[in-house]
Amino acid sequence: MPINLYIFLALALFSIGVIGVLTRRNAIIIFMCIELMLNSVNLLLVAFSKMHLADMLAKVPGAVNNGADAQLFVFFIMVVAAAEVTVGLAIIVMMYRNVHSVDVNFLNRLKN
Amino acid sequence: MNITTILFWFLTVLAIGSALMVIVSRNPVYSVLSLILTFFAISGHYLLLNAQFLFIVNLIVYAGAIMVLFLFVLMLMNLNSESEPSRQKWLKFAGTIAGGCLLLVLVAALRDVDSKSTYALVNAGDSGLIENLGKTLFRDYVVPFEISSILFLSAMVGAVVLGKKE
Repeated sequence: MPINLYIFLALALFSIGVIGVLTRRNAIIIFMCIELMLNSVNLLLVAFSKMHLADMLAKVPGAVNNGADAQLFVFFIMVVAAAEVTVGLAIIVMMYRNVHSVDVNFLNRLKN
Repeated sequence: MNITTILFWFLTVLAIGSALMVIVSRNPVYSVLSLILTFFAISGHYLLLNAQFLFIVNLIVYAGAIMVLFLFVLMLMNLNSESEPSRQKWLKFAGTIAGGCLLLVLVAALRDVDSKSTYALVNAGDSGLIENLGKTLFRDYVVPFEISSILFLSAMVGAVVLGKKE
């Protein structure tokens, strides 16, 4: 597969996530769009790792382990995303308990 | 047109279509279900790229755990399309234009990537297997691995502290 197909796919998913963050007001949907952006970046990292592997295999035939680092980065991104989701959803639940809504426009009460 | 190309395009269309459903549908539960479908499509891409460990981790962690947590919170709050807040028309329009401009600029900047010499190795290559990833993880990345366990511990404590009633 040519690498630019993967680049364009990841860009499309990332832009859909950005549009979702900009156009929705439900805090949970915004959070889900952030997850979508993280996943598009993950997909691009995996594609680039396989591109690097193809590149190295053309030069050194025995280099089967190249590109494992990028996939470990993806693994760590997933770890951080899981930790982020627990804290973020706890904050959203707390916000719902206080203002009885998940509308992000209610958050401007934090000003005063 | 071999089976790999067909699978690639099927998964791509599935991913983009269900990602659009996430931001278009008014009912938040449908958004969550579409996002799960998107994650399944992305997992299929991982499998196509022979990253089998990430495939199974993506299924278990994202589609299995995180999205169920989202669904659980949504059900807990009893949100539906009637209570769904929506922005003004012009603000939605402006947001779509802004995101579309981002996509346009990035695609235009990356359009000239030389696709003849740079291709992703599909359906081959052993670097994504558990054996290779485990060896690399526990040889070169032991310290980040241990730090991530501390991160999990602090996230757990933080979630409990935030969720506790005063």
